[in-house]
Amino acid sequence: MNETNPVEQYLRMDRMPHIWCSGCGLGTTVNCFVRALEGCQIPLDQICVVSGIGCTGRVAGYLKLDSFHTTHGRPIPFATGLKLANPKLKVVVYSGDGDLIAIGGNHFIHAARRNIDITVVCVNNFTYGMTGGQVTPTTPIDATATTTPYGNFEEPFNLPYLAESAGAVYVARWTTYHIRHITKSIKEALQKKGFSFVEIISPCPTLYGRRNRLGDGLEMMKFYKENSTIKNGADTREVGLAFKGHIVCGKFIDRERPSFLEMYNLKMSERLGSSYKTYEGIQ
Amino acid sequence: MRADPKGVLTGPHFLDGDHACCEGALAAGCRFVAGYPITPSTEVVERIAARFPYVGGIFIQMEDEIASSIAILGAVWAGAKAMTVTSGPGFSLMMEHIGLAAMLETPAVFVDVQRGGPSTGLPTLPGQADMMQARWGSHGDYEIIAISPNSPQECFDLCIVAFNLAEQYRVPVMFMMDECVGHMTEKVIIPPAEEIEVTERRYTKKKPGEYLPYLTNGDMIPEMVKAGDGYRFHVTGLTHDQRGYPVMNPDCQEKLVRRLVEKIKLNADKIIRIEEDETDDADVVVVSYGITSRVALRAIQTARAQGIKVGHLRLITVWPFPERRVRQLAERIKAFVLPELNYGQMFLELQRAVEGKTKTYLVPHGGGTVHRPEVIYEQIREAAK
Repeated sequence: MNETNPVEQYLRMDRMPHIWCSGCGLGTTVNCFVRALEGCQIPLDQICVVSGIGCTGRVAGYLKLDSFHTTHGRPIPFATGLKLANPKLKVVVYSGDGDLIAIGGNHFIHAARRNIDITVVCVNNFTYGMTGGQVTPTTPIDATATTTPYGNFEEPFNLPYLAESAGAVYVARWTTYHIRHITKSIKEALQKKGFSFVEIISPCPTLYGRRNRLGDGLEMMKFYKENSTIKNGADTREVGLAFKGHIVCGKFIDRERPSFLEMYNLKMSERLGSSYKTYEGIQ
Repeated sequence: MRADPKGVLTGPHFLDGDHACCEGALAAGCRFVAGYPITPSTEVVERIAARFPYVGGIFIQMEDEIASSIAILGAVWAGAKAMTVTSGPGFSLMMEHIGLAAMLETPAVFVDVQRGGPSTGLPTLPGQADMMQARWGSHGDYEIIAISPNSPQECFDLCIVAFNLAEQYRVPVMFMMDECVGHMTEKVIIPPAEEIEVTERRYTKKKPGEYLPYLTNGDMIPEMVKAGDGYRFHVTGLTHDQRGYPVMNPDCQEKLVRRLVEKIKLNADKIIRIEEDETDDADVVVVSYGITSRVALRAIQTARAQGIKVGHLRLITVWPFPERRVRQLAERIKAFVLPELNYGQMFLELQRAVEGKTKTYLVPHGGGTVHRPEVIYEQIREAAK
């Protein structure tokens, strides 16, 4: 029997094994992502994946797509340049909570405000894994990190609320336990025009889990199973996360708003009239 | 390849350097600009924002210079010719992405209209104190090309050269203007499009599957592809092999970084542009660049009127530095004099190139205005003794 895993065609198998720890949720998210690609009928040659730095930053390098491993915090502006120069591309930013929300937070809110037509997948493991487990802007109060040895005392960001407030047109949150939901959400996000955002709560047993006595990867998954509920359309103000607290998942936002380029073309033709030729990419 | 006439405003104009730089970029085929407002460079992007909708380009004012400096790299990988424009504080913020551009071998132009520094310094007044930053500002070893125009006409002409060199060597090019050159208004002749030579990107003819992003064929400069063409390529700021895959070992580092450095160093003679005047029998040679070259000219004229044999070597490309020519001159002249609006940045490079073979005199200036020609003249006179 010659069986190959159906997701292999989407991966750079010549780069396996990957660098992620056992029990890490990143592999699960990548599996869901490529299964979403399978179903959404976008030609694979038109899909670009852009990552920043960190454990999640390595995703771009494992996907057999046009893929860019950029600088820490800056995949969103890189993706903005890609998308605006060639709007036919389907551009996905795939990165972690530290990359997207700490060092890259400014770009996150501005891309959402402008409604740049990209999909942002944020794998939120509440820690900087690659550098050994420091506190991030999503680490819950009381969780221990190497740089908060006596527990975190900073209020974390509630990412769905942040994304909605900044202007995202699609906002969903799942945990790595919710594999079918993740796949469905990523598929919807890819097909959505405008700034779409999918947060995936993911276990980092090696650093966040161990330091906070949350058990191994399997135990963290059990926790997600037992302590999460699906509330589609929930008020994003109510979905903030507490340490060892309940996790509200679901598709929270799905709304219409003209994208950056739609607004650009609309306003330019209003002002410039017939002398303006609709912008569809660099010729 | 000739310039696309759509972007070329052929004819005589009365333009400041910032506006001329914008027209140069358009003529060079630049159709993506990301920027953030900063004095004294803002007029470049203001004109870009007005001009681009008519030529099929796209300008975006980003949230900061960090974003601007990487948005242009994204645009380049989608097939655009792109630039960003800034001044000192913004240039500081761009350093990481100058390194990324060097590492990914992404052709792009970074314009720095220099003002007095450090820090916020003198936003509306000239400086030339970012010269070493242009060369060394990002971490790690890499080479860039930097060009220093001394007039609005050169802001036009050399901006095209900047784009062409960026494409030819797949390297970020620093366009080192200064507040004086940026804000002075002079006659600028924009030639017909068919007289403007534009270097196109060298895309591979190989098929997907045969193509390796960083395979070189002897000339040290790999062929490019762009997103969406089916190559499914990967690029990374990590040390990488020919496949573009990260490899964390000293051998790969040595191969890659040596090539990034040597592709410019070994081609330096082809890249370097200098202008020489009466250096053949000179006792003293003034080395200058940017706005200071025009002030130096007055001092040189005064010195010649006094019978001093003084020549002028103007740096048009400041990096790579014309060290071979400087060393030749050093063998037989009495001294070099180098005026600049800083406390000795290019002077340090001059001294290095001279290797003690002749005397070198710096005419420093903190910026905020240009030198008084008499000060440069006095130094020439002193050096000629």
